[in-house]
Amino acid sequence: MTTTIGLEIHVQLATRTKMFCGCGTAFGDAPNTHVCPVCLGLPGALPTLNAEAVRLATRIATALGCTVHEVSEFSRKNYFYPDLPKSYQITQFDRPIATGGSLPIVTERGARSVRLTRAHIEEDAGKSMHAADITLGGETLVDFNRCGMPLIEIVTEPDMQSGDEAYEFLRNLRRLVRWLGVSSGDMEKGAMRCDVNVSVSPDPAKRGTKVEIKNLNSFRSVKRAIDYEEQRQAQCLGDCTPIMTETRHFDEVQGTTTAMRSKEASNDYRYFPEPDLPLLQLDPAELASLRAQMPELPWEVQSRFERDLSLSPYDAALLTEERSTAEFFQQAIAFYDNPKKVASYMGTEVAKLLNERGKTLTETQLTPATLAGLLMMVEHNAISNTASKDVLPLLMDTGTTPMEAVRSLGLEQISDTSAIEGFAREVIAENVIQVEQFRGGKEAVLGFLVGQLMKKSKGKANPKLAGDTLRRLLK
Amino acid sequence: MSSELPRTLEHYRHAVRAHELSAEEYLDETRQLIERGDPQVKAFLHLRLDTARSDAQASNPSSPLAGAPIAVKDNIMMAGERCTCGSRILEHYVAPYSATAVQLLLAAGAVVPGKTNLDEFAMGSSTENSAFFPTHNPADPTRVPGGSSGGSTAAVAAGFALGAIGSDTGGSVRQPAAFCGVVGFKPTYGLVSRYGLVAFGSSLDCIGPIARSVRDAAIMMNVMAAHDPKDATSVKRPHVDFEAALQPTLAGKRVGLIRELQGLDVQPEIAAAMDMARKAAVKSGASIVDVSVPHILSALPVYYIIAPAECSANLGRFDGVRYGLHIDGRDMTETYSRTRDAGFGTEVKRRILIGAFVLSAGYYDAYYRKASSVRQLIADELDTALQSADVLLTPTTPTTAFRIGAVTDPLEMYKADVFTIPANLAGAPAVSFPAGKDAADLPIGLQLMGPRWSDAELLSSANVLFTALGGES
Repeated sequence: MTTTIGLEIHVQLATRTKMFCGCGTAFGDAPNTHVCPVCLGLPGALPTLNAEAVRLATRIATALGCTVHEVSEFSRKNYFYPDLPKSYQITQFDRPIATGGSLPIVTERGARSVRLTRAHIEEDAGKSMHAADITLGGETLVDFNRCGMPLIEIVTEPDMQSGDEAYEFLRNLRRLVRWLGVSSGDMEKGAMRCDVNVSVSPDPAKRGTKVEIKNLNSFRSVKRAIDYEEQRQAQCLGDCTPIMTETRHFDEVQGTTTAMRSKEASNDYRYFPEPDLPLLQLDPAELASLRAQMPELPWEVQSRFERDLSLSPYDAALLTEERSTAEFFQQAIAFYDNPKKVASYMGTEVAKLLNERGKTLTETQLTPATLAGLLMMVEHNAISNTASKDVLPLLMDTGTTPMEAVRSLGLEQISDTSAIEGFAREVIAENVIQVEQFRGGKEAVLGFLVGQLMKKSKGKANPKLAGDTLRRLLK
Repeated sequence: MSSELPRTLEHYRHAVRAHELSAEEYLDETRQLIERGDPQVKAFLHLRLDTARSDAQASNPSSPLAGAPIAVKDNIMMAGERCTCGSRILEHYVAPYSATAVQLLLAAGAVVPGKTNLDEFAMGSSTENSAFFPTHNPADPTRVPGGSSGGSTAAVAAGFALGAIGSDTGGSVRQPAAFCGVVGFKPTYGLVSRYGLVAFGSSLDCIGPIARSVRDAAIMMNVMAAHDPKDATSVKRPHVDFEAALQPTLAGKRVGLIRELQGLDVQPEIAAAMDMARKAAVKSGASIVDVSVPHILSALPVYYIIAPAECSANLGRFDGVRYGLHIDGRDMTETYSRTRDAGFGTEVKRRILIGAFVLSAGYYDAYYRKASSVRQLIADELDTALQSADVLLTPTTPTTAFRIGAVTDPLEMYKADVFTIPANLAGAPAVSFPAGKDAADLPIGLQLMGPRWSDAELLSSANVLFTALGGES
């Protein structure tokens, strides 16, 4: 059985105002508070294009290697629904802003490239809230705050073959949109939404019947829906039950898909060019400068980290999840040229504290310089690795320097030979049996004695110096 | 109207500035005319004379329009006033904001006596398609005023306002202007903002002035022609003073006659008016040239594909969900169909159906796409013709005003727009001006069309012919 999967992803562009009017784009405010005659589709109101939305769409399309068209066209997609106040959605149809392009993914099958069909700009509809969602006595209410939000729809070729691949595609796309500052990529807030096309065929050379799945609210749902659908269609093929070309609804609770009413699926949208908006013309000079200013993309940075800095694929992936993290890392290793140590520390200690605080790196006071300083103090034995874990929270929360933090916590490592000699003499005097055993050739006992010394110094003694001193005095 | 009262905006403004007349005095006179005449003419859907009077009192005599009453077609938003579009579906709809054109008129000192009748959603050529009542032609109350801006043109012709604004999608300002014996101007598409005009055929719709003289239309254009960031099809252009651009002669102008229109069946008195206009043009220094626009006779069928296609989308929003008429059904779909069935009149439904059909899968290429190509072809041909002529002279209508109820076949009604539609398809400016009367004493209108953005020159040429043919100046 061969499974073929294509995705249609809506990404909400992170603009300050809506696609065609001046209303704000804040999420989660009281219903119908970000509305005006334009986004409510009141008679006589007209759309005007948000240049920032176009810029963001162009940016993402360029990063995806799409052909960005200097001239594209808006169209009206006509259908009746209460959350669509104009009875048409302004979108792009015949002439989208971008075609082609691809996005790399890495799965068990190795590194591959998923080709893209097209990307186009469109406005979002409002949000219907049915009686099931709210206690309205069976009524349906509509919130138009979302109506007119700017979206880019990205359509892939049917290049994926498993739920895992679709999952990886979405993860990498989300990383990219965040990396470019084009979208929050937040699926829970609807900033990224995905419809899936799945077909299963017994003959790898032939494609099966295409089934569309809607209502996928998380990456995990996408994977689960595909896994279910794969198995359902395979079963149909086995039973010789016909597979219908249809749109199916994913049930998050059951983990199953069910056929939507055919009425909802079969629409003639009567697209035609939007007469209220002139052709969208992009300035070739601006396009060129956008290409020139394109930052290194996350997967490029990731492979550079693996290749040039010998980081593990795991660390490289972690550090390139967010652009700010990758930049932080690169600045930190400019101060302290030990990529593996920095990467590992960021992946463990730093990540742990961020997680506890529910913050991102940029939301804390930690800087590349203070982190590098801390790790250098460990390397030069000014503090122990253990002690560094007590210092890190201070760097994160107060923005103090590592030196000061260490001082204020009294954690300076003792490397003063005479102080350590003092501790060593006490340890020797108090542990006669172990001293004899060591002198009798039992090397391993030294560890115990060092431990005793460390305890006396409250962990501040330089462990290497402690071992050397004990060994010298016991000769 | 009493003889001392100024008949034009130009003279009114002069009188007010000279303190011979005050805006409220004029409005009081206007009110009397409306109260006496409008029960018969029925130009207005709603009047706001008390408010208009206080607006007139507060108006600044040195403002461009100095408190002059300007009527507004009821498909153009004026904040706080009803905007019905002549339709049951919006019978009680109150505009929450003002159209840009209305804002500009008010800011220039206009006062609005009321909102005028129209064919429902501007679809028609007689104002008989108003859901409320037909308007009667002041020249002969048994006849239609034309349409769809019939209320606005009748109001200006009857002295109920010094000027009015209408909307022109296929001739809806010019054709009723011709029927009522006033001036109607459709500007270049993009010169006057459409923001606040309820869309019918968005790529064709233009707001234009209706006035008693060409000069008055120029005075109104000086107020309304402005780039509007709220309308993406509004174009930023260098400032033009339309009134100052009016020249006394046609010296050096080439007046083109379109060969393909010569064979059309036109009422004899209108053909005679064309002859007179031609002679007047020559007398004023113009030369007459013969031009060809090979596909101009396809303009009518092209229009009746494109305009319905756009209207089928534009009118979808009237679904009873958020505002307007709402009639409950068993489910969402039935609520839509019951609301729209009760809310829209026959002509509107006909055009929505035509529009949905020509856009539907399998028919799009044969109808909408082909019509769009032919539209471009006609626009290009007009451009070419307007390289060998400065203006094109045509009748505005094939006949003068017909009797109310006389035209029942929609196709016959559509033919009334044969001369006016090409300008909308091309986005070009065109003006209808009075040019005498027929045997039944009904006004005749002639049309001048010019290249895009030649609005000021076009009005200048029209003014010369209008004056030469006996119009007010």
